[in-house]
Amino acid sequence: MKLPISWLKDFIDLDGLTVEDIARKLTLAGLEVDEILYAGLPMPTYSAGEKHEFKTNGIAWDKEKIVVAEIREVKAHPNADKLTLLDLFDGQQEQVVLTGAPNIFHLKGAGKLEKPIKVAYAKEGSTLYDGHAEGQVLMTLKRAKIRGVDSYSMVCSEKELGITDESDGIIILDDDAPVGTPLADYIGDAVLDISILPNMARNANVIGIARELAALTGRELRADNRPQTVDGPSSTVNGPSVNDLVEIEITNSELNPRFVAGLIRNVEIKPSPYQIQRRLKLAGVRAINNIVDATNYAMIELGEPLHAFDYDILKERAGDKKIKIITRTAQEGEELVTLDGMKRKLTAMNVLVCDEKGSLSLAGVMGGSESEVYDASKEVLDAVGVEVKAGEMPQGKITSRGKSTVNVLLEGAAWNFINIRRTAKQHNLPSEASFRFSRGVHPALAEIGVKRGLQYMAAWANGSIAPGLVDTYPLKPKDSVVDVTSQDVKRLLGIDLTLEQISELLTRLEFKCEVMSNKLQVTAPAHRMDIDEGVVGLADVLEEVARSYGYDKIPTTTMSDSLPPQVGNPVHEWEEHLRDLLVAIGLQEVVTYRMTSPERESRVVTHNEYVRIANPIAPERSVLRQSLLASVLEVVEKNAKAESIAMFEVGSIFEPVKNDLPNEPRRLAIVMTGARIASAWDVKDSPKFDFYDMKGRIELLLAGLRYTDIVYTESESTYQLHPGKSAEVKVNGQVVGVFGELHPLAKEKYEFSDAPIIVAEFDLEKLRGLNPSYGITPVSEFPPMYEDIAIILDESVAASAVEALIRQTGGKTVTDVRLFDVYRDEKIGAGKKSLAYSLTYQAEKTLTDADAAAIRNKIVKRLENTIGAKLRS
Amino acid sequence: MLDKLNEIEKAALESLSSITDQAALDAWRIANVGRSSPLMQVFAGFGKLSKEERPVVGAAANRVKVALESALEQKVQAVKNAALAKSLEEEKLDVTLPGREVKIGRLHPSTQQLRRVLAILAEMGFQVYTSREVETDEMNFQMLNFAPHHPAREMQDSFYVEAEGREDNPILMRTHTSPGQIRAMREASATNPQNPPPIRIALPGMCFRYEQITARSEIQFNQVEGLAVGKGITFADLKGTLTDFVRRMFGQDARVRFRASYFPFTETSAEMDVECFVCGGKGCQVCKNSGWLEILGCGMVHPNVLQNGGYDPKIYSGFAWGMGPERQLMLRNKINDIRYFWGNDVRFLEQF
Ligand SMILES: [Zn+2]
Repeated sequence: MKLPISWLKDFIDLDGLTVEDIARKLTLAGLEVDEILYAGLPMPTYSAGEKHEFKTNGIAWDKEKIVVAEIREVKAHPNADKLTLLDLFDGQQEQVVLTGAPNIFHLKGAGKLEKPIKVAYAKEGSTLYDGHAEGQVLMTLKRAKIRGVDSYSMVCSEKELGITDESDGIIILDDDAPVGTPLADYIGDAVLDISILPNMARNANVIGIARELAALTGRELRADNRPQTVDGPSSTVNGPSVNDLVEIEITNSELNPRFVAGLIRNVEIKPSPYQIQRRLKLAGVRAINNIVDATNYAMIELGEPLHAFDYDILKERAGDKKIKIITRTAQEGEELVTLDGMKRKLTAMNVLVCDEKGSLSLAGVMGGSESEVYDASKEVLDAVGVEVKAGEMPQGKITSRGKSTVNVLLEGAAWNFINIRRTAKQHNLPSEASFRFSRGVHPALAEIGVKRGLQYMAAWANGSIAPGLVDTYPLKPKDSVVDVTSQDVKRLLGIDLTLEQISELLTRLEFKCEVMSNKLQVTAPAHRMDIDEGVVGLADVLEEVARSYGYDKIPTTTMSDSLPPQVGNPVHEWEEHLRDLLVAIGLQEVVTYRMTSPERESRVVTHNEYVRIANPIAPERSVLRQSLLASVLEVVEKNAKAESIAMFEVGSIFEPVKNDLPNEPRRLAIVMTGARIASAWDVKDSPKFDFYDMKGRIELLLAGLRYTDIVYTESESTYQLHPGKSAEVKVNGQVVGVFGELHPLAKEKYEFSDAPIIVAEFDLEKLRGLNPSYGITPVSEFPPMYEDIAIILDESVAASAVEALIRQTGGKTVTDVRLFDVYRDEKIGAGKKSLAYSLTYQAEKTLTDADAAAIRNKIVKRLENTIGAKLRS
Repeated sequence: MLDKLNEIEKAALESLSSITDQAALDAWRIANVGRSSPLMQVFAGFGKLSKEERPVVGAAANRVKVALESALEQKVQAVKNAALAKSLEEEKLDVTLPGREVKIGRLHPSTQQLRRVLAILAEMGFQVYTSREVETDEMNFQMLNFAPHHPAREMQDSFYVEAEGREDNPILMRTHTSPGQIRAMREASATNPQNPPPIRIALPGMCFRYEQITARSEIQFNQVEGLAVGKGITFADLKGTLTDFVRRMFGQDARVRFRASYFPFTETSAEMDVECFVCGGKGCQVCKNSGWLEILGCGMVHPNVLQNGGYDPKIYSGFAWGMGPERQLMLRNKINDIRYFWGNDVRFLEQF
């Protein structure tokens, strides 16, 4: 909320505190000041190296140069029809000022004004906002000749003074404005823009903030000395009692715990005093007319939204009978034309304020057009004011009702905050009123609000208030009573306070406190709905103790409670180890969106069922991913211009379970493509990553996970992979993943570069649960022997089978088998291939040539007999 | 004969002095100290000398031989040195040419930051607890003291998952890691319902909010929450523990402050600010001229949340706090667009 400091000062003495001091105190107490807007008051000047504390905007008004002045005569400009010359007195001397302001143009040539017009007058050299520029542009007032007339000063618009962005006319001050006084002393202000947290809704009003400041500074809340009585008779309270004219029936007290109405007669609709308009505008509310402004002003001051009805309309509708206000829920499908001219279709949840003829307003959210306060001079029902956000103003005018409102019935009510919240959301009608009602307004405020509103109307519109209030209050909220002990404060806040000290801290916030033998009985003040009872109430009250005491004064200590059992998180730790291995083999980690679309995934894999988002932000984020690989492929596509890509992601996929929580298994996806070796000034045309680059990394990865029983078999994966360049990985006999080159047809669906796309995906649920083997092979002191053998065999025999046979036959003496050549040609014959292996023999003795020959012969014989291999000479 | 030896020596040394390469040296060796060299002929002619001459000539011949051999040795070294100097000169590189690129793997910046945070928390005794990303309304909101239609729900707009017959308990993408608080407390309290064990956990993970994707807002982000539950844990402990933590994160000199705040699942709630480490508190763009950076929200665990986790709020108390690794990185690395994180442009990732 936007809070003018001048308004705050109506309720608390702030002498000796700078605007920043106030903002800092509020911020630390949970009322965060987002920005300070200066509109006249002196601004702090920061020297280099000094601390800025708040985002600051606006201008200060020079006390010498910008003063209150009065226009004594409006004359024609000799050379310009649209301009006028003002004879003006600035408190010291007469001035002639040039202006084009439309709101005094009608006085041109009228001669000496009977009643001078008070204005904001800026002398030569003043710093102001440029009234004609777009946005806020600072300028200094300089002497100039305009159409042959000397111009050296000006009368200001609100835009020029930084009050609003209105530049159409000049400010016309109230009649009692003191001529010659610095304008800053008269109406200089600063506005605090405060974020109101959901539990601080009680403070979304001037008195609420003043009350907090009183608690934080130890100052008294200034007695509110404005007349607030509806007891008559007096000069402003007279005539028949409102209770004789109006009755109220509440049909659902849960939704409408209280309804209060007051009556004021013979009001004269006109603009509010400028001081009031200015405060409303600084608070972010449009000034409409004195009646509507009175409801808004009272709301911002107290926090109780009010609603003004045209009493004569209600009377006309009631005919001979007494006016009866009824609150009830709407019929499903019932319609109401709200004051913005929109026909609203209602549901049974919406609450209506009605009379016996029908509905009058959507309770707590927006008025109906028929009974709204009406200003005939404008021919529009522009009571909208605060209830419609700027920019959402209704377009069309509402047909004339004949005469302006003369008698006003003022409503102040309490509504169920959840119901108002849902209604405002349903009809998309956020407003200052629904903002407050939807966060909870205490029913006690209904009465105070109506009284305050009536008093402002009486003061600004010359009406007379009918004695009494109609007050129907079927559901009084229970006072929250909480017991607090010193031990509670010690146990939860960690500070030692006596009951008297606790009482003092809470009394400042208007809690009623009674010190008993060993506890404090605390009763929450009437304006608060956020204090519960019991153990929750205790927490509510302790937070207030902490805030009142000051968070900064609470000491810092270390926990004395014992540590919990150390169980760790094996799954998380294993995944972190996996990430380390993946990084060690040269892969870049990526993290992608969980939300995707079936179309995007279907480029590489098809799933029929998905976890679907009911309210996606975009069609391409409509489901939860079921393929981690598809996500990483998208990243690769985005990076297609990179020379070389080798990346991975570890994350969840989401398998749908009908109408229940999905499964969230973990996956690892790897994609490699592009140059195997980074190009350099002497390295060009590096080979591209292929199947075996991926396989080499997978081998390292599995070795790093301490798995030894690994088999690669033909892929049966649903992924669209090259049928001849893909494989499944089995560890301990179980399929844990798949890898290979992306199928050319799948690849076409992406915008990749030319290089093959090599992919892998592992099911971490399976990969994680396997038995690792941590043993190592001892390193022998005896020298190894190396020998190469080359064999020719049928193409159909897998290399892995050959290696397995060699190892099996050689036993533990053969410690390494490395395939170093694969060769095919005509001499070997069609359907044949040659495989060349480098064997390492190692034993716990020095091997002789004869030892080696014996092993080799055994191996060769076995290969001949088992797979028909021939030794290549 | 002695004259002849002197001549041999003189001539040999003279021819040696002009030699600069190995081939000439080899030729000189054969010519001057080889088997058929004049000097060796002198030795071979020894037999023809008289008894008296023999020792004199022998001594002289030996002297010449030693002299020539030592001169040769010096020359060999000199030629070698010259050749080496020459080849070193020829092998000179352009040291300004770029070095060869080494392709290495890296963790995503978010993972790196999560690890920094979790490592500090681990040392403080907070163990990692992970839980699911798709949650029920009950776990994500209701158990955490967000009543249905509560205004606080507006602070966390959610993505809902299509499901039928779940009006009272819809399925949604978790908006914070806090449902893990309930899950962890329930697991722990189930082990000993009468006297549940203390809890100190860190809850990392991806969270989701219904936002438009812009430079400032994302639909998903990581969060790390800390939770301590036990007997006699106070707001002063919260201040102490978090001050310790923040000083480990941002430096031992970091100044901090606690502001009152609101979260439905904590009470007494606070916002913790650290003095802006970009400007040192003087005010800059990053801290919006406030001199402070909002880095975490915290508070005493709400009694209803303790109760829902199986911990009696009359006996147990605790505190929790939450923070965003991506936000920390944005502040630390002056990243001005949150979309970089899930954009995964390698030119961004390679800078971490
Ligand atoms: Zn800064």
